[in-house]
Amino acid sequence: MKQLSAHKSKSKGVSYAKWGYIFIAPFFITYAIFTLFPQMLTIYNSFFENYRSGLKQVGPNFVGLENYITLFTPDKNGTIDILKYAGNTVVLWIGGAIPQIVIALLLAIFFTSYRLKIRGQQFFKTVIYMPNLIMASAFSMLFYTLFSPVGPVNQALLEWGVLEASFDFFAHKVSVRGMIMLMNFLLWFGNTTILLMAGIMGIEQDLFDAAQIDGANSVKVFFKVTLPLLMPILVYTIITAMIGGLQMFDVPQVLTNGGGTPNRTSMTLIMFLNNYLKTSKNYGMAGAISVIIFIITGILSLVVYRSLTKQDN
Amino acid sequence: MATTNTSDSRKAKLMMQISQIVVYAILIFLSFMCLFSFYMLIVNSTRSNADLQGGFRLVFSDQFFVNLKNAWTDASIDIPRGMFNSFVIAASSAVLSTYFSALTAYGIHAYRFKLKKAAFTFIMAIMVIPNQVYAVGFYQMCIKLGWTNSFVPLILPGIAAPVVFFYMKQYMESVLPMEIVDAARVDGSGEFYTFNRIILPMLKPALAVQLIFSFVQSWNNYFLPALLLDKAEMKTVPIMIAQLRAADYSKFDMGKVYMFILLAILPVLVVYICLSKYIIKGVTAGSVKG
Repeated sequence: MKQLSAHKSKSKGVSYAKWGYIFIAPFFITYAIFTLFPQMLTIYNSFFENYRSGLKQVGPNFVGLENYITLFTPDKNGTIDILKYAGNTVVLWIGGAIPQIVIALLLAIFFTSYRLKIRGQQFFKTVIYMPNLIMASAFSMLFYTLFSPVGPVNQALLEWGVLEASFDFFAHKVSVRGMIMLMNFLLWFGNTTILLMAGIMGIEQDLFDAAQIDGANSVKVFFKVTLPLLMPILVYTIITAMIGGLQMFDVPQVLTNGGGTPNRTSMTLIMFLNNYLKTSKNYGMAGAISVIIFIITGILSLVVYRSLTKQDN
Repeated sequence: MATTNTSDSRKAKLMMQISQIVVYAILIFLSFMCLFSFYMLIVNSTRSNADLQGGFRLVFSDQFFVNLKNAWTDASIDIPRGMFNSFVIAASSAVLSTYFSALTAYGIHAYRFKLKKAAFTFIMAIMVIPNQVYAVGFYQMCIKLGWTNSFVPLILPGIAAPVVFFYMKQYMESVLPMEIVDAARVDGSGEFYTFNRIILPMLKPALAVQLIFSFVQSWNNYFLPALLLDKAEMKTVPIMIAQLRAADYSKFDMGKVYMFILLAILPVLVVYICLSKYIIKGVTAGSVKG
């Protein structure tokens, strides 16, 4: 009898298992069509010569690793474009991400400190998170109009006598990069603050109390209690920010009208990819760049995945 | 002894007050940074072109509706059409993302099957891979299938949204008792009926948050739509914004330019102002556990 019921419940489990597959099928079918297949096609393309030259179509011809070799071959001036753009991406990312993480950490501590008792938290959180939802391309266009040679920033600086002649923010490497960094900072620091706050609030209050009773001051509490316990979330935040930084496109693309001006010093990897894809229809080179970005993201995702599953256990 | 104690506590109180002032100063400064550019945007959208050329102002003018009419009826940038297109794409993909992510999460949460663990691991592993890395193949596929200048490739992929899935899965773990599913089965409810009529209503808060996030993400999306849509009547708002940037700037009515930017961000801004409390709560709930 017992045997029978066990057998019965097992067969019941099997009959429901089918529903598990049915429910997850749409996700996997969609993923296969719209992501996996295009991904394979992208990798496949990277081994082919396939571009348009004027009205003439060249290829597709199999060329092995030729595209990758071309990518890393210096041009006439001795620069390797992809490394230059990778360097730009890293500089632009660091300039936005370091203040973003430092300020977010600081704000998260302010907001969660029961000694400081910050009032109007909801207001401040609402304000600092807002840019995160704003269309990055429109935000970038707004910066372009505000900082243009005839825009309000220049007008104000002229009227107040700070400047004698209007300053072209878009002709200087430092100011263009500075604007991109500032925008990336503003777009993301609110989001990071909220994530880190959740992390800090997840730490047992007892630990703070114990440290307090032991006579630790706020600085000591931060370095000895908060920071070590916050580490997993901080790592997650930094790595996802890195993956986000690797995708940097909308802000510099719109701000510089796709040119990465001045002198391609604000051209990012994805802008480089976009140029091959859209302007020159060079699928081979675009494929090779994609594969390289994919490998970097793959490594970073592995770190995220491990930090996430560690959390789950 | 007693005197030193009180002077110590007075000193501590003073220190606390000073740090409070510093903290508020930092918060106000950062809020100012976040709001100023948008304040300028709104002010400038109320000013006429001549007024804007005239100089820097911080006060509102009265040309808002003139600028609105000019922007709305502009011949080269059809912003109402763009907003309509963006809305169709964003709303459809948000509904698909939310529904199918809940379905997928429920499939993995509620059933036991051989590949359950593998499926979950796979979705987690692909979660952060950006769509730019397969754009080449995606673009070629769309050309082959005649899907350029079509909304299909911008809507359908929403069915497979790992981040939304993860949020739903986390939410189900915290609120969904499996007894309800068993009870429904005893009552003879089919599996799809159970999901649609019993489970989905229980997920309402999570569904609402993810609808908003998916909508916003799609509304703001620039890279893929810009690759696929080049017919004027198919363009979305971000493409029009980039077009505005590419246009010959000096010939533009600046009041109109500010109005275009305002229109591009307004829908999201309004939703955010109304629902910020829920949206901010939603930021954390689906990410890493605290």
